[in-house]
Amino acid sequence: METLENSKVRRSENGLFEDKYMLDITQLTKIYPTPKGDYVVLDDLDLKVKHEEFISIIGHSGCGKSTLLTMIAGLNPISRGTIVANNQTIKGPGPDRGVIFQSPSLLPWMTAYDNVMLGVKQVFGHGTKKDRDDIVKYYLSKVGLEDAMYKKAKDLSQGMQQRVGIARAFALKPKVLLLDEPFGMLDSLTRGELQDVLIEVWNQEKITAIMITHDVDESIFLADRVIMMTSGPRAKVGDILEIDFERPRLRKDVLDHPDYYKYREHLINFLEH
Amino acid sequence: MKDKSINILNFIGLGFFEPAIRLASGEETKKNLVALFKKIVLPILSVGLFLLLWSAGSSHLYNIEKEFRIEKAFNERGEAAARLERSCIDSGSKDCQITTLPSPSQVWVAYKSLLADHASISAKKDAFAEKVAATNVKRAEQGLDAITYTGRPSFVDQIFTSLKTVFAGFLLALFIAVPIGIMLGLSESLRSSVNWLIQILKPVSPVVWLLLVSMIVNTLGKNSDGDSSFTISFISVGLCAMWATLVNTSMGVSSVDKDYINVAKVLQLNIGQKVFKIILPSSFPLIFTGLRITLSVAWMVLIAIELLAQSPGLGSFVWEEFQNGANDSNSKIIVAMFVIGIIGFLLDRIMLTIQKFVTFTEET
Ligand SMILES: Nc1ncnc2c1ncn2[C@@H]1O[C@H](COP(=O)(O)OP(=O)(O)OP(=O)(O)O)[C@@H](O)[C@H]1O
Ligand SMILES: [Mg+2]
Repeated sequence: METLENSKVRRSENGLFEDKYMLDITQLTKIYPTPKGDYVVLDDLDLKVKHEEFISIIGHSGCGKSTLLTMIAGLNPISRGTIVANNQTIKGPGPDRGVIFQSPSLLPWMTAYDNVMLGVKQVFGHGTKKDRDDIVKYYLSKVGLEDAMYKKAKDLSQGMQQRVGIARAFALKPKVLLLDEPFGMLDSLTRGELQDVLIEVWNQEKITAIMITHDVDESIFLADRVIMMTSGPRAKVGDILEIDFERPRLRKDVLDHPDYYKYREHLINFLEH
Repeated sequence: MKDKSINILNFIGLGFFEPAIRLASGEETKKNLVALFKKIVLPILSVGLFLLLWSAGSSHLYNIEKEFRIEKAFNERGEAAARLERSCIDSGSKDCQITTLPSPSQVWVAYKSLLADHASISAKKDAFAEKVAATNVKRAEQGLDAITYTGRPSFVDQIFTSLKTVFAGFLLALFIAVPIGIMLGLSESLRSSVNWLIQILKPVSPVVWLLLVSMIVNTLGKNSDGDSSFTISFISVGLCAMWATLVNTSMGVSSVDKDYINVAKVLQLNIGQKVFKIILPSSFPLIFTGLRITLSVAWMVLIAIELLAQSPGLGSFVWEEFQNGANDSNSKIIVAMFVIGIIGFLLDRIMLTIQKFVTFTEET
């Protein structure tokens, strides 16, 4: 297991005792060594995410969004700075931070059920077999796959595979869910459906979610706050937009809301300058 | 029914019968006639052409050989001798048979004589077994070994001996190359530290492997009596043939999709789960391709190794026929050639079928 550091203690030394953040990123820097010298992707990036908050991150291609997300996931080493998740400095990957990638990255030789079960077994190894079976089936039916549970992942459509990806991530009961353009490869109809699935499950589970997207409408519909990253190199958080729609949100209400175009304008303005 | 049989045929690699079945069920006559022509008629025509070229070639060689002999008789012993030689050759008498590339029909005759030979030898074997049955029971009671038939093996026996050797060699290669390949694939430092050894050993010729193995086996086997030639030949076959599997396995394991590795990391799978749940299944296609190459290489080098190690099998059959120099020896060698080729082809087909069974194919 990773070594844990109690951030409460560290913070109280600074006189800043607080525990209201699920995720606290301070002075995060990422440097990729390249043949032409070091490439500084992120430079002193700060970001705080509250419990049960849904954050979306937008920014130009190549600015370092995936880099940031994989560092939070623990899959990408940190060059400088710290990431504290749930009061523990992260040192590596773990099931407390679920990840949904752009490609569903299911194991194609396994069934949808087995793909979810693989993780559930890891996390709920102490429970009974029946419990685990219930969990897997519950989440698969949540994402609308009760009829396709025992199909091989390779035989599922892209959209269905990503549904399994969502079920797999939620079934592990992570504290934080990290999503890297999860619907980027889907057609717009399927994308809308999956946004609904995602937001519905998220509403019930009330976990913290951080989602990268290129889609301005998607970010407004899903997020409590939209983080806009500046273009790289040396990217930082450029601007933050609070989305004040109450939840649960219905797509229609959001689109009809008078503030919707104001938000949209704000984001597009940022991206175009 | 129809679709099922088509699926089965495609699965075992006999997909070229598909148009015939579709045609028989009266489906899209024109399209399937064209397909039938391409997949069945054309290959049959090409076989015919091959046989034609072969027989023309062999009769040409026959004539060259014949003229040479007559000319030689003329030069050495005069006109009368030349005439005698010509009539002797034309009569087909055994005394002045011409040995060169045999014609297809000669090979066919040799093939049938080999089968007849097999039938007579098995009859002899059965008779022998019957004769000694009572004795063997007694010997077994006394704790003695049974008396077995020790006569000359038939061509078919040789085939089975070769198959046995090749499977033993293949299994050896499998059990050495796959685990080592996995270890190499998992550890980059291990891979780079033994890479030189693999690169050097891989191109070593079967002959050298055979010599090396016999050095070792002969020393180790000093105390045990019994025939070591089988051991030597199957080990050499295995060592020659395992490299494709070794390299493919380590490549497959080391190049598992990064997404899958990330899944393993996020779930914190332990090394055993990682290997068996993720790495092996995803590198199976490459490993199996390696195994297929290994089996075909094993079959190819087997003949040479048997020939050198003088262990029974098709290789020594070919060698004995070559040295024996009987009238139909050349034809028998050609029969052996076809048998070797066809068995090699069948082995590959079997592997292909198994591969389709056990590996997933990603839809693209
Ligand atoms: N392993 C690496 N080595 C060197 N440079 C890298 C590496 N990974 C990413 N980069 C560079 O870092 C920058 C940020 O990459 P990243 O993938 O985080 O961008 P992104 O914001 O996710 O882009 P996109 O929106 O296209 O997904 C890019 O310029 C990329 O070329
Ligand atoms: Mg990205």
